[in-house]
Amino acid sequence: MSNQRKRPNGEREEDDEEDDAEGIGQWERAYVDDRSWEALQEDESGLLRPIDTSAIYHAQYRRRLRMLSAAAAGTRIQKGLIRYLYIVIDFSRAAAETDFRPSRMAIMAKHVEAFIREFFDQNPLSQIGLVSIKNGIAHTLTDLGGSPESHIQALMGKLEAAGDSSLQNALELVHEHLNQIPSYGHREVLILYSALSTSDPGDIMETIQKCKKSRLRCSVIGLSAEMFICKHLCQETGGLYSVAVDEVHLKDLLLEHAPPPPAIAEFAISNLIKMGFPQRAAEGSMAICSCHKEVKIGAGYTCPRCKARVCELPTECTICGLTLVSSPHLARSYHHLFPIAPFDEVPTLSSSNDPRRKLGKSCFGCQQSLLGAGNKPGPCVTCRKCKHYFCLDCDIYIHESLHNCPGCESTHRPKSVSLLEE
Amino acid sequence: MASVASKLYSDDVSLLVLLLDTNPLFWDTTSTTFSQFLSHVLAFLNAVLGLNQLNQVVVIATGYSSCDYVYDSSLTSNVSSESRGARMPALFGSLLEKLEDFIGRDAELAEGDEHVDRIASSLLSGSLSMALCYIQRVFRSGHLHPQPRILCLQGSPDGPEQYVAVMNSIFSAQRLMVPIDSCYIGTQNSAFLQQASYITGGVHHAPKQLDGLFQFLTTIFATDLHTRGFVQLPKPVGVDFRASCFCHKKTIDMGSVFGQSKLDAANASSSVNDRKRRAPDS
Repeated sequence: MSNQRKRPNGEREEDDEEDDAEGIGQWERAYVDDRSWEALQEDESGLLRPIDTSAIYHAQYRRRLRMLSAAAAGTRIQKGLIRYLYIVIDFSRAAAETDFRPSRMAIMAKHVEAFIREFFDQNPLSQIGLVSIKNGIAHTLTDLGGSPESHIQALMGKLEAAGDSSLQNALELVHEHLNQIPSYGHREVLILYSALSTSDPGDIMETIQKCKKSRLRCSVIGLSAEMFICKHLCQETGGLYSVAVDEVHLKDLLLEHAPPPPAIAEFAISNLIKMGFPQRAAEGSMAICSCHKEVKIGAGYTCPRCKARVCELPTECTICGLTLVSSPHLARSYHHLFPIAPFDEVPTLSSSNDPRRKLGKSCFGCQQSLLGAGNKPGPCVTCRKCKHYFCLDCDIYIHESLHNCPGCESTHRPKSVSLLEE
Repeated sequence: MASVASKLYSDDVSLLVLLLDTNPLFWDTTSTTFSQFLSHVLAFLNAVLGLNQLNQVVVIATGYSSCDYVYDSSLTSNVSSESRGARMPALFGSLLEKLEDFIGRDAELAEGDEHVDRIASSLLSGSLSMALCYIQRVFRSGHLHPQPRILCLQGSPDGPEQYVAVMNSIFSAQRLMVPIDSCYIGTQNSAFLQQASYITGGVHHAPKQLDGLFQFLTTIFATDLHTRGFVQLPKPVGVDFRASCFCHKKTIDMGSVFGQSKLDAANASSSVNDRKRRAPDS
């Protein structure tokens, strides 16, 4: 409650006005940002009702899926599976703004951590490096590496914002680093930009042309407003430019960059890259591991080429340079090669000879009833190939996480139809 | 009911999704009959349901040409009406009925296939996907839910055409933190099940004698996830993680991988090639 001294009635009204003029009571502060009227919607007869979020969520998801499949349909899309990504985070004074709670810096760090984990989950053979811009100078926080923990520790260690931001310095630094990587890797930069200006030592247009020539794909996520120079950079290099409106939107935009982007045809070089699949060392065997230079007993892997011992996969053998992976790491990327087609929406017919009444009373995947209120058929989707019915939540789960249609997998195909013809 | 339920939801409430292999091509070749095997399994299910009042069991049958749900202990039609509030189904009557129906339908669907040399694998990827959809539904139902796990009772060998689908299911289970236990009762080793249990943190065991199956099931696979911290269970030894060449299907320990993936209607060319093939320029 507000810290008012109790006064008689007549004077209290004046005090209330004074209090309003000075500031608001504590109980009111909780409602300053709460715009509950925005969560309401009118239905057909003009009555108010809360927004049905599940239907909206599903509609958004279907729109996204349709955009993706329209882009991929009919064209030969190559996707880069071995990506070398630099994340550039702007720690200039604009990052200390509090329009994102608690500050832009803290939100960026939190979501970048989630992004790094998601990135390594979807691209196990790729590597990430971190760069920060502070006081007009770009610093390398971590070099390109494949272990999420080291990046996250380095990121969380230094969260201070100061000075100007310089886009050109960041691009020059990243360009220098990424020139050294082999030609089969995809070079990408993701810039999280909060400032509205850039203080550069030279001509940034030249730097952009240099990046374009080196096949660097730069994407920018802005946190304040749209800037021409960021838009130009992304257009020239073939990246994606988006500006986040709030925290949830920022998270979605960041996670859009986790799956491999379509590779630009002229830039992609089809190479066969040599990799090793080490065996697990026997329990109780002793060896000096090449990463820590210590004696280790038991669990570890032996490089098939030079027989050195490494502690974890995926990694590069420090002795002979062979990339070492295990087959599950490769298998994590297989769903990008064999994607499942989006399911078709089933129109909700209310006629009594609805074929669904006989076939699909419940979702094939989770056995949830597909009937809505009053035993009328509720919204559901169906797979084109196996013709089974699924509920909306299973649809989202199947396409975003599972990447298998349970109906198609539960149907026996005769041996003559090979996997490749799906 | 809600407050009573929350008091009873202790750490060891579990939801067991059992994937039962009913492949006739496998069961024709074993010395133990399918009905003897079923008696072990039904006793095991009773044991799991008896461990905790709130435990749930779902059984999905993995057939040769189809998969389907055959039992769900949370459906009220399965609860015997005579028992006073206790949810102990007495004789699994409905399970046996539905299983018989399923096996009949599966055999009918298989009659269309005229191949002589059928690989005797069952549709593991299908039942794994259905199990994960069911578990996802349980997660959506609120924060008071049993801890789910999957148990694969499999005897048929691995079907190499299901590799990608099985790996997708394994990774999805890993993200949902659902362990996949596996009990392999066939003759050869099952690399899929070993990898599944290793990656998701489940238990893999291949009992040698099917006569004592009930003993293996209750001592190894009946423990819930919370209690596993206090119990010694079989540890994974020597999981084979080597890849196999896409063209020759031989396991290799060093090979070449395409850096790109090409999505083409005619061929998918991300592949692991044996090093004996034409060496690339780089």
